[in-house]
Amino acid sequence: MSIDKDKIKHTSKLARISLDEGKVDSLSKDLSNIFNFIEKLNKINTDKVEPLTSILNQTLRSRKDDITDGAIRDKVLGNAPKKNEEFFIVPKVIE
Amino acid sequence: MSNLSDKTLTELVGLIKSKQIKSEELTDEFITNSQKGKKLNAYITDSFDTAKDKAKQFDVKPNFDCLLPGVPLAVKDLFCTNGVKTTAGSKMLENFIPNYESTVTTNLWNEGAFLLGKLNCDEYAMGSSNETSFYGNVINPLEDKVVPGGSSGGSAAAVCANLTPATIGTDTGGSIRQPASFTGTVGLKPTYGLCSRWGIVAFASSLDQAGPMTKTVSDCALMLEAMCGFDPKDSTSIDKKKENYSKNLNKNIKGLKIGIPKEYRVDGMPNEIETLWEEGKKILKNEGAEIIDISLPHTEYALPTYYIVAPAEASSNLARYDGVRYGFRSNKGNNLIEMYENTRSEGFGDEVKRRILIGTYVLSSGYYDAYYLKAQKVRQLIKKDFDDSFKKVDAILTPSAPSSAFKIGEKKDDPISMYLNDVFTVPVNLAGLPAMSIPAGLDKNKLPLGLQLIGKPLAEQTLLNIAFSMEEKINFKLNINKWWEK
Repeated sequence: MSIDKDKIKHTSKLARISLDEGKVDSLSKDLSNIFNFIEKLNKINTDKVEPLTSILNQTLRSRKDDITDGAIRDKVLGNAPKKNEEFFIVPKVIE
Repeated sequence: MSNLSDKTLTELVGLIKSKQIKSEELTDEFITNSQKGKKLNAYITDSFDTAKDKAKQFDVKPNFDCLLPGVPLAVKDLFCTNGVKTTAGSKMLENFIPNYESTVTTNLWNEGAFLLGKLNCDEYAMGSSNETSFYGNVINPLEDKVVPGGSSGGSAAAVCANLTPATIGTDTGGSIRQPASFTGTVGLKPTYGLCSRWGIVAFASSLDQAGPMTKTVSDCALMLEAMCGFDPKDSTSIDKKKENYSKNLNKNIKGLKIGIPKEYRVDGMPNEIETLWEEGKKILKNEGAEIIDISLPHTEYALPTYYIVAPAEASSNLARYDGVRYGFRSNKGNNLIEMYENTRSEGFGDEVKRRILIGTYVLSSGYYDAYYLKAQKVRQLIKKDFDDSFKKVDAILTPSAPSSAFKIGEKKDDPISMYLNDVFTVPVNLAGLPAMSIPAGLDKNKLPLGLQLIGKPLAEQTLLNIAFSMEEKINFKLNINKWWEK
């Protein structure tokens, strides 16, 4: 299957990655090749096969809703590219 | 004592426990080797100063009642280390300093080891040659123009070149076993759920597992024992008692049934691989194992399945890198959305972008059933192939990779030929099984080739024992001339 430039542009919007024209071009070629390779899967009939959603023979554990940490605001903010004492700072969202 | 770094981890632990060497002496030697090994580009960040302090502290007040007393260890830069930069090989995390420690590294430190440094890897572990790292490619210690494999390429090179006594890597589609094969070292990917994923930078969460990379099988058993164990912080961690892999290591494999899958041959595979595979079978037979031909009919579909499942999970996992809470932020863009888009465009490298786009595409509206659901169904068939085979055999023997280490740049511009490197390792991740690569011999260019052993879920001890018995007979020796020190 060919993944044309429009599909690349649409997908990159969904993935929130900006791309210049050159990149759109090369990604269109790469992804078309990759999807041709992936489409080998259509050779197998899987109508009666259950999808595998977990490799483990166990159901996910639940735990008690206990508080195990907290009061770590400064740690959480520690790696922020932009912040003040209490908040992450982002470009203006509401005019 | 001289040339400590040539010794195995097991020997070094013995020397420390019997008080023949001090931790400081050992640590100094690995620091010196690592400093002389700069050309290999195996490290992204070093912790030499703190390692030296830890070694001194250990020598003042030693505790020998643990698995890795006073042992310095460098680890793949995908494990979060408290207070030490953790980059995942990406520009996105160039300045990221975690304030928490991954569970597996915590386990190693609780056994007496301490951090020597953080080792280079493909960006977010996406690669098979270590060429996607933002910090430059690692060089294979066995030959200067050759890749060490990937994604745990820095880890493999560091063990091979004696820059660390042992290390840990992560394996999503072969990232421990393929570089082990390319560098003549031992690498084990445990059963999914045996080692905690908590604190490891996530790539594809249903496939990712951490595991040891070492010089020998005994070292591998020791490291696995130290790093594994139940962790309530990882919801997919298996709740079971820790096994004594190193204590229970033995060479008795009499009566074990070993499967040889006919599908593990690909076009253009060098003759030497076939020959070493045959020799491996012969060794096992001589040790009293029974060789049985088996079939894993869906093997050819494993790579296409992987290249849907892994990118889909990656696109979801990597959505967190938005330039707001941590990591790189672009200063371009007039609003929040543009800030996100420019951050991710500038912060991620080409291979990571490629995989995020594949993943986003296969999960997008209208394509989900055709790709993602289809892949999950084929994954079921691949797992069933193994389930059926393990009714007849105890373990499976295959080559680790379809070639030896290739030249730097050789496959860089052809994603599919790069992906084909993982053709023998990927099925194991899809099925959640344990598998290890051990060095088997050399090809005509004197580069190492590995054999892979695949086991039943949680049968790590069986794998280690088979590998232990083969290792003695294969008697593989790395011939390293330390060209990088000249």
